[in-house]
Amino acid sequence: MAYSDKVLDHYSNPRNVGSLDKNSSEVGTGLVGAPECGDVMKLQIKVNPQTNVIEDAKFKTFGCGSAIASSSLATEWVKGKTVDEALQIKNTEIVKELSLPPVKIHCSVLAEDAIRAAIHDWKKKQDVAKPATVAAQ
Amino acid sequence: MSTDVKTIPQAEHVAPDGVKLPVYMDNHATTPMDPRVLEEMLPYFMEKFGNAASRNHSFGWAGEEGVETARERVAKLVGATTKEIIFTSGATESDNLAIKGVAEMYKEKGNHIITAVTEHKAVLDTCKRLEKYGYRVTYLPVQKDGLVDLEDLKRAMDDKTILVTIMWANNEIGVLQPVAEIGKLCRERGIIFHTDATQAVGKIPVDVNKNNIDVMSISAHKMYGPKGVGALYVRRKNPRVQISAIIDGGGHERGMRSGTLNVPGIVGLGKACAIASEEMAKESCKLAGLRNRLRDKIMGGLDEVYINGSWEHRLPGNLNISFAYVEGESLLMGINDIAVSSGSACTSATLEPSYVLKALGTGDDLAHSSIRFGLGRFNTEAEVDYVADRVVETVSRLRELSPLYEMAKEGVDLKSVKWAAE
Repeated sequence: MAYSDKVLDHYSNPRNVGSLDKNSSEVGTGLVGAPECGDVMKLQIKVNPQTNVIEDAKFKTFGCGSAIASSSLATEWVKGKTVDEALQIKNTEIVKELSLPPVKIHCSVLAEDAIRAAIHDWKKKQDVAKPATVAAQ
Repeated sequence: MSTDVKTIPQAEHVAPDGVKLPVYMDNHATTPMDPRVLEEMLPYFMEKFGNAASRNHSFGWAGEEGVETARERVAKLVGATTKEIIFTSGATESDNLAIKGVAEMYKEKGNHIITAVTEHKAVLDTCKRLEKYGYRVTYLPVQKDGLVDLEDLKRAMDDKTILVTIMWANNEIGVLQPVAEIGKLCRERGIIFHTDATQAVGKIPVDVNKNNIDVMSISAHKMYGPKGVGALYVRRKNPRVQISAIIDGGGHERGMRSGTLNVPGIVGLGKACAIASEEMAKESCKLAGLRNRLRDKIMGGLDEVYINGSWEHRLPGNLNISFAYVEGESLLMGINDIAVSSGSACTSATLEPSYVLKALGTGDDLAHSSIRFGLGRFNTEAEVDYVADRVVETVSRLRELSPLYEMAKEGVDLKSVKWAAE
């Protein structure tokens, strides 16, 4: 299979590889996929509590080159966006940017899922945190 | 606490002295032709182009002579007689002819066929087709090491069993089945034993008499011969085996395989067999040495690397390993100056990981992480060292990228994780 130049670039020089502290209230973690299916993505975001802007994003991916590229691209795209803006990212945009062939579309779907899962995790933490703060006051 | 991983960008690789890139290490898929084979074939394209079936002029005689010399060479390599060798277009045709030919010829006697789940698709899909025509097929499981359990085989045999078809050497994991014992069990019960010996002939000693083989598939391009040519061994006595043709026509090859003979290809197959007869013993020692060196270097540089299939009963040139926490296709991408195969679903047309590895009980996760190295006649020690270094470096890089590796290092039991699969 021939890979697009952008997939090769992300594979060879992946952006934002690493981990954020998953216990921090500012961090949301998304872990999607399954080893049996050959793809697991972990995408983390660090959100500014005042502005809701995603200030940092990290990923780690077990999967084919297209899966690595999709998640690497996803971290680039979410950085600097608010969580609501990040939720607007569609897998089809990832497909277009990376010129993924039809058999690799599931990689882009997984990347979109990873973004949503990370934001969902972060939102859950905010819901828990707020009443607690009120109670403390 | 955040961790930043500085992944080393994939470097441009410079071939060390004596290594020409890309390195070919996929000799179970096909082998390059030996130059001596090509040399032997060349006259049969232009000068000796005659139809081997033309009996009344010198052009035909020259073609026939080339074919008969080849037949002797093939027969000699496997301990057969010349009348027992039928030329075909390759091992897929040989498997089809053997299985369908026996099934039709012996249908009055019974309708039961036994095979194994790790067979090549040429055998499995042929058996599946026969099921549509009313034949009953038993697909034997294999043990963790890839070997068929002879007790399972005995239990599967009944008075309607006409054929057992079990491969000699597996194309993915290189595991060698106990063919002599299987043949003996078949012989005792009057059942015909076919073996797909595509990966075995020319690599390890193959003797149809010592190993109790009745019908055997042979391919040229797996042993440094040309593509598009193969042979089927069909036993003539003790017992005499008959098969029905599946290609009808001019009655070539004693009526078992009609069609004008591929004379240059057959000459090439013959030469490949002649070379194997001479050099196999020495070559298999060299290949096993290179293969062991590759294994030792890879396993010395990485943890959590698993060999798939029996180590003891294995082709000398085969190494099939799973690299935990790394997906096979991404690994192939990282070692793109090395030609090998992966059992990962991403590299197959079906999006399923290797059915052979699954049959061994290898989890889907490790099947996705497997790489098959197939060493051959033209591989060198310098190539092995280069490949081992590149594999260790790429697996290490991809593990730094792998959430599974990170979780495993944190002590998470990956089996107990509830995965949010799609």
